[in-house]
Amino acid sequence: MRRSLAAAFALCLSASVGLAQEAVKEPIKLDVVNDSLPKSLTGAPGDAAAGKKVFLTRTLGNCLACHQVTSLKSEEFHGEFGPSLDGVAGRYSEAQLRLIVADPKRIFTNTVMPAFFRNEGLSRVRPEFVGKSILTAAQVEDVIAFLKTLN
Amino acid sequence: MARRYLGLAALVVAAASVATLAVADEAERKGVAAPPGHVFKTIISGYEFRSKETRALQDDDLENPGFLAVERAADAWKKAEGSEGKSCMSCHGEAETSMKGVGAAMPKWDDKLKKPVNLEQRINICRSEHMKAEPWKFKSRELTDMTTFVRYQSHGMPVAVKTDGPMSPWFERGKQIYYTRYGQLDLACESCHERNNGKFMRADFLSQGQTNGFPTYRLRDQRLVPLHERFEGCMFDVRAEPFKPLSDEFLALELYVAWRGIGLPVETPSVRN
Ligand code: HEC
Ligand code: HEC
Ligand code: HEC
Repeated sequence: MRRSLAAAFALCLSASVGLAQEAVKEPIKLDVVNDSLPKSLTGAPGDAAAGKKVFLTRTLGNCLACHQVTSLKSEEFHGEFGPSLDGVAGRYSEAQLRLIVADPKRIFTNTVMPAFFRNEGLSRVRPEFVGKSILTAAQVEDVIAFLKTLN
Repeated sequence: MARRYLGLAALVVAAASVATLAVADEAERKGVAAPPGHVFKTIISGYEFRSKETRALQDDDLENPGFLAVERAADAWKKAEGSEGKSCMSCHGEAETSMKGVGAAMPKWDDKLKKPVNLEQRINICRSEHMKAEPWKFKSRELTDMTTFVRYQSHGMPVAVKTDGPMSPWFERGKQIYYTRYGQLDLACESCHERNNGKFMRADFLSQGQTNGFPTYRLRDQRLVPLHERFEGCMFDVRAEPFKPLSDEFLALELYVAWRGIGLPVETPSVRN
């Protein structure tokens, strides 16, 4: 319910370029504690199946553009920019994974991995994306739930 | 996956006799040695990163679809247009001699305009000033054809742009743009074409993003694509607002990226996916 409302809202915004200015939301603030984000961004746990979809969808996570995952072998075109994510749940805690996805530059200096939950401090963003993060809070939580299955 | 690595292995074997000290990433593909102080050790054309089929298409003058543009523009070269009643030929004679090397050295400084101009702009200056004809629109078939035709007269010649003197602030501006991260995905040209060239990204091997093949025939678009359209596409893909074609920003970037490909043979019309 919550998520479908958010999606409908996003649709309204992208439907009208004239609203671009109003679309600028508050800058996202992250509660970083010891290089991690202990609190769920939505206050609730994510859904791994939905997260897998976000992970694969080109207009959302598009994570396979840069990462390889053995359990997703049937999918075409695993990229080589980043490391394999096999076993990533064993290397990082959930709280660390949350910060890596939300704003990886806070952990990996100067990385090419985009921040998926950041909406400011970016240059020449296309009008339809101004003030928006790549993923919603709920989508980030879903991706985290999916990453936790990679152990 | 396995098939791709086999392909790479074959490339390594083929290139082994040419590459000497190059680092592992660069050893797989043939290139030209970079001058001292350059960002790369070996400067490699986008050609080397494409499939055998795509390369074969480029290499065959009869099959390469880009040559249709060369033929069309060879006719346009002789056609008088505008109120002066002149053609390119009226002033420049045979393109094979007068235009040899011109396209390898673009963008060039223009003393009248006090800025660098690229081939598209140069052609349009001749149209409006010398022929008194309408300039061609950017991305029009006419302009891209003529650009391809003029650049083809430098086929095989090394890219050789001047970057000193009045060009140097433009070079610096281009370099700054190259290393700036843009868009919602927050990526710079450098993120993909310097740090990650040779790596696989979705359906493509990333190249060094060289410009020696432009305008390039893109199989995806089934037409020749001018350089600034490619720049636009790369910026658009990171969800950035691209600079305008033929803007000062893209001119500066064109100059800087041409320098990154210094010494590469002009391949126009190249074929890419
Ligand atoms: C444009 C490339 C790119 C994209 C897209 C991308 N990543 Fe990354 N990712 C990287 C790189 C490169 C690293 C290595 C960190 C560094 O730069 O040092 C990395 C590191 C990671 C790590 C840490 C892995 C480890 O073992 O240290 C995780 C987890 C991760 N990414 C998850 C994701 C998820 C989930 C997505 C999609 C929502 C994603 N990445 C999208 C490039 C990318
Ligand atoms: C997210 C990754 C990415 C970024 C950032 C990027 N490019 Fe590209 N670029 C590509 C891909 C993919 C291709 C097609 C494969 C190839 O030739 O590398 C390409 C192709 C090119 C080509 C054509 C190369 C050829 O041989 O035909 C040029 C030139 C180029 N890019 C320049 C740039 C410039 C300049 C920038 C910065 C404004 C830039 N790119 C930013 C991914 C990127
Ligand atoms: C009436 C004469 C005239 C006509 C017609 C003419 N040009 Fe030119 N062109 C010149 C002159 C003169 C220059 C030298 C720069 C200047 O003063 O504009 C020049 C320069 C050029 C250059 C740059 C050469 C270099 O060495 O850098 C190119 C490329 C060019 N012309 C292409 C064309 C094309 C293509 C056409 C037809 C569409 C054309 N010109 C029509 C007079 C002409």
